[in-house]
Amino acid sequence: MTPAARMLEATKQYVMDGGTVHALRGVSLEIPTGDYVAIMGPSGSGKSTLLNLLGCLDRPTSGRLMLGDEEISGASDDRLSEIRASHIGFIFQSYNLIPQLSVLENIEVPLYYQGRIDRRQRQRSHELAELVGLGDRLKHRPTQLSGGQQQRVAIARSLINDPYFILADEPTGNLDSVTSEEILRLLNDLNEQGKTIIIVTHEPEVGKLAKRVVRLQDGSICSDKRTRE
Amino acid sequence: MSFIWLRTWHLGVKSLLLHPLRSLLTVLGIFIGVASVVWLLAIGEGISRKAQEQIEGLGATNIIIRSIKPPEESIESAGSSRSIVPYGVTRADFDRLITTIPTIDRALPIREARYRFGYLGRNTEGRLVGCTPEYAEVNQLEVARGRFLSDTDDHEKWNHCVLAAGTAEKLFPFEDPIGQAIRIEKAFYLVVGVMKDRTPTAGIGGSLTAQEFNNDVYIPINTFWSRIGDIIVTRRTGSFEGEMIELSQITLRVDEVENVLKTAALVKETLKLHHRKQDYAVTVPLELLKQAKTTRLMFIVFMGLIAAISLVVGGIGIMNIMLATVTERTREIGIRRALGAKRGDITRQFLVETVVLSVMGGATGILGGLTCRPLIGALRGIMQRTAPEVFEQLPDVIREVTPIIVPWSIPLAFGISVTIGVIFGLYPAIRAAAMDPIEALRHE
Ligand SMILES: Nc1ncnc2c1ncn2[C@@H]1O[C@H](COP(=O)(O)OP(=O)(O)O)[C@@H](O)[C@H]1O
Ligand SMILES: [Mg+2]
Repeated sequence: MTPAARMLEATKQYVMDGGTVHALRGVSLEIPTGDYVAIMGPSGSGKSTLLNLLGCLDRPTSGRLMLGDEEISGASDDRLSEIRASHIGFIFQSYNLIPQLSVLENIEVPLYYQGRIDRRQRQRSHELAELVGLGDRLKHRPTQLSGGQQQRVAIARSLINDPYFILADEPTGNLDSVTSEEILRLLNDLNEQGKTIIIVTHEPEVGKLAKRVVRLQDGSICSDKRTRE
Repeated sequence: MSFIWLRTWHLGVKSLLLHPLRSLLTVLGIFIGVASVVWLLAIGEGISRKAQEQIEGLGATNIIIRSIKPPEESIESAGSSRSIVPYGVTRADFDRLITTIPTIDRALPIREARYRFGYLGRNTEGRLVGCTPEYAEVNQLEVARGRFLSDTDDHEKWNHCVLAAGTAEKLFPFEDPIGQAIRIEKAFYLVVGVMKDRTPTAGIGGSLTAQEFNNDVYIPINTFWSRIGDIIVTRRTGSFEGEMIELSQITLRVDEVENVLKTAALVKETLKLHHRKQDYAVTVPLELLKQAKTTRLMFIVFMGLIAAISLVVGGIGIMNIMLATVTERTREIGIRRALGAKRGDITRQFLVETVVLSVMGGATGILGGLTCRPLIGALRGIMQRTAPEVFEQLPDVIREVTPIIVPWSIPLAFGISVTIGVIFGLYPAIRAAAMDPIEALRHE
């Protein structure tokens, strides 16, 4: 089976006035479908940069990236957008819901950029809202929801396009421990149902829930351990 | 495709409704601009339509010379203490004009005075017009019964008369007037014809009062001169007042339209040589048209300037608000880009918002434009009541104008508002689309 993502000797450099910053120095990584990977490491080690590359928000300076069967490294800006709309799910630390849209509309945003919403997909957005426990809040605005509820909406949104993998950048960073646990349980359930999840975190407890921990140090992978199958 | 646009419109309206007051104020500039466009075209059209009617009523190739009573001072300064004051154009003027100016192909002498007309016990007052047979044709008067005056009537100075519809109605409510004789002063005139009803024409000789034909009685001009003469004495509270006029009006017809203005200049010069006082007025319908055209142009330039300024100001207002909106919604742009929006989607989203704004301005502006007619009427009323002196100073065309909404001005105004939205929305929208998604997501 083709892995969800493969990265080969990817580097990322930022050229600034003061010189070049090497955010990633030749990272190779393979994410099989169904995996649950925690990316850990100190601040500034390149976690977010790696996640941005995997999420097709940015292109590597050198090296290759394959999503499914598609080569991403040389893709156009519009193609990257299409890939994000159809194959990638995002969960952010600060939820990042669109304030003027309702819960249901927020969940449907990626569909909108795929071009069309049919009745089956609308059905699916309802189901996903149910799945994350917000079936009775469909018309609510993000500001009317608690942080945990907002993050649930974001999780439902990340599932709507049935992505290759879900990228979560510190998804529990803004939540209290009880709510964090709920969210992590939800992610765990999703992984058990077969969803591929890549999560960036600096909290060891979060890392323990994943099947595999990738540690970054100064732009390179310093360890890549599978903790459970 | 259509689905995307529909959603984009829906979203645009939704985003604008987040700040209803802000959106409303932004729309104001476009509203004024678009309303001005509709107004200026309606007023321009009203002016030219009015001028057209005037020309039609007076004849484009005509030059009209009317005798007017000179101001009192100038009579006194002439050192005369006579109670009968001679003024106006004369038979000598008439002969001089037709013999010296070759481009005049027809000239009508007209003599008018107000009289009481009587038949049996019935009386009515009206205008007695001494004229030649061509008068009917030149003034577009049509015979209802009998005939108009003939050359023979004129040569022979017969006491024949033709009644206008109104006069006939008043003097002969029951009988057939043809063959009867009506009394004017002490003489009797045989009725040979009755004219059809005629709507009044525009005023001439600087006066606003329209020429009213319905209470006229027409007699041959030679009959007028020989029976009534040049002097007319009117009784006025104990004293008599006499006037001596040879001709009330001369209507000249020029052979070609191109020659009208040159001929008019010649006519004015010729008359000036023989009149020490300004006791006549020359009206050139073609000049009225020219004057109307200038006024119309002035209006279009003036209103066009207002329209242009407010459209640009409105456009800048829109751009300003959209730039602020784009900055405010940087985070949203980042989210949308991360979730799959292409640059084009972002451009379209913000462009649609500006177009929604400008179309709102356009639509309300068109409504505002349609109120042109009642509003101008009301404005005129207010001005007449509060500042009559100022009102009197305004040119006739402006005082009298009835705006006519030009149908194509509505799609035009709509097109302008959409164009403004696109032009001034493009830059903020492109700026929004050019943002780096990662940077935008990090924006607070
Ligand atoms: N847009 C950027 N421009 C310049 N330097 C950047 C940019 N983004 C990240 N960096 C640098 O790249 C390195 C890795 O950053 P990042 O991936 O955000 O680390 P982490 O998420 O692990 O804290 C850091 O040194 C950071 O300063
Ligand atoms: Mg980070």
